Amino acid sequence: MTVVIGFEGSANKIGIGIIRDGVVLSNPRRTYITPPGQGFLPSETARHHRAVILTVLQEALEQAALTPADIDCVAYTKGPGMGAPLVTVALVARTVAQLWGRPLVGVNHCIGHVEMGRLITRAHNPTVLYVSGGNTQVIAYSERRYRIFGETIDIAVGNCLDRFARVIKISNDPSPGYNIEQMAKRGRQYVELPYTVKGMDVSFSGILSYIEEAANKMLASAQCTAEDLCFSLQETLFSMLVEITERAMAHCGSQEVLIVGGVGCNLRLQEMMGVMCEERGAKLFATDERFCIDNGAMIAQAGWEMFRSGQTTALPDSWITQRSEFTSAGLLLSGSTS
Amino acid sequence: MEPEESMAVSDFLIKGNLLKQGAEARVYRDTFLGKSTIIKERFPKKYRHPLLDEKLTHRRTVQEVRSIQRCRKAGIPTPVVHFVDYTSHCIFLEDIVDSVTVRDHIVSTQQRPHPGPTLEHLAPLAAKVGQIIAKMHDEDVVHGDLTTSNMLLRTSGYVVGDAAELSLVLIDFGLSYISALPEDKGVDLYVLEKAFLSTHPNTEALFQKLLKSYAASSKKSSAVIKKLDEVRLRGRKRSMVG
Repeated sequence: MTVVIGFEGSANKIGIGIIRDGVVLSNPRRTYITPPGQGFLPSETARHHRAVILTVLQEALEQAALTPADIDCVAYTKGPGMGAPLVTVALVARTVAQLWGRPLVGVNHCIGHVEMGRLITRAHNPTVLYVSGGNTQVIAYSERRYRIFGETIDIAVGNCLDRFARVIKISNDPSPGYNIEQMAKRGRQYVELPYTVKGMDVSFSGILSYIEEAANKMLASAQCTAEDLCFSLQETLFSMLVEITERAMAHCGSQEVLIVGGVGCNLRLQEMMGVMCEERGAKLFATDERFCIDNGAMIAQAGWEMFRSGQTTALPDSWITQRSEFTSAGLLLSGSTS
Repeated sequence: MEPEESMAVSDFLIKGNLLKQGAEARVYRDTFLGKSTIIKERFPKKYRHPLLDEKLTHRRTVQEVRSIQRCRKAGIPTPVVHFVDYTSHCIFLEDIVDSVTVRDHIVSTQQRPHPGPTLEHLAPLAAKVGQIIAKMHDEDVVHGDLTTSNMLLRTSGYVVGDAAELSLVLIDFGLSYISALPEDKGVDLYVLEKAFLSTHPNTEALFQKLLKSYAASSKKSSAVIKKLDEVRLRGRKRSMVG
């Protein structure tokens, strides 16, 4: 039995999860929520994480009914993400690892999402659509590496949604994306927006500029409602995502799709992907907000895989990075294929 | 388009042989006016909004035909367009017989044992690809979906490593458009670079050959290559949160 605790805090969520051989024992989380019209800034987000991290850690241990002595390994998010919050969380992870005398393992955030999705859904070898506030990638595993087949060439899909929410002052509680999803259900009129797919890549910045410019004018002149805009934006963005996923599947000959990342809990996206899969005779795997949105258990799970395959991170190497180490050449995570 | 003729198109599809179902079209092979013909049918995608679907499907059919014509006029090898039906979104194209995709060719060359490094055998091909893309970009055609699967290599009379005999045909112009902007051409190369390197592991040096040949062949390459360098630094590579 191997018990791994995972620390995640690369963006506005701080989560700590404990996993014992594929079983999630606890996974508490807090979210830093900003007022409507505002995004989260690194230093303020780090301050939020510092204020709650020890409480969350205590909750994680209590809910799992474990003591530090039961933990075999401490996993933390190495990156990519926002610098200040990553540093805060890494510092706590390093400290407890030394206090408890346990090895550390630094985990790539993206791999955390993919590994958690595979654990929860039991997807075997899926084409993965990873969509969140900071990432938009279509990933597949080939020749012993996770490889990116398609991605955004500018901003992430979640970032596009979040910034649109700021333009028309949609609440950030519980998240802008969730509120857009609810409003979109009441949208009736389809407003034409730019649609940009380049091969297996997508671009969202043009759509955002267009809607930032047009939204308030259209609302003021009653050409459409805020609900219509939410609806049209979702339909356009998600069609692009489903299209590049399908292209990657055709390219790789894959018959499984796994959606991970915060935007992945959007039910309309899941529904559209489901229709595409049905037409191709493929299978869709998706999870809910507990595991789609950033959480500690996903870092624990990827950490578990790495720890079991003998990878640990020595103290001098326990730095963080804002950038992705993911390149076209792929990222190796040995022992992760089953 | 008369309704009778539209029906005739669907008849064609019924009796034609389905070759493959790609991400956005079904491809059939049949005889049309006595010639072996590829029929590319863009069928409705049920996952997307009907208005968006109709708009995209129509635009892509139009763009594909337009770019193919423009390339052909400039002497860039692409299939002949025999017939287009905008009602059923079907394009009737010349069948490039005796050809393989560049993708399959690279894969099989890499797998075959060779005297000397594989790169040397593929270098003339990479150079040719760079040349053709340069020519296409000089005509302001941006392909939009450059991959090694969207290039055909004629196999008749071709000997591996013989540059003079290389005959390439560009296909799949559905995402193409006309633009003179170095930005658009830079992104076109970026899309190819990623597709190339993810499909064919350990071919970085080969792709450099391709870019070098592109730079040497195109009149306006320096601005495009500069943009390519810029595009590489965008998105997740610049900063990444979430």
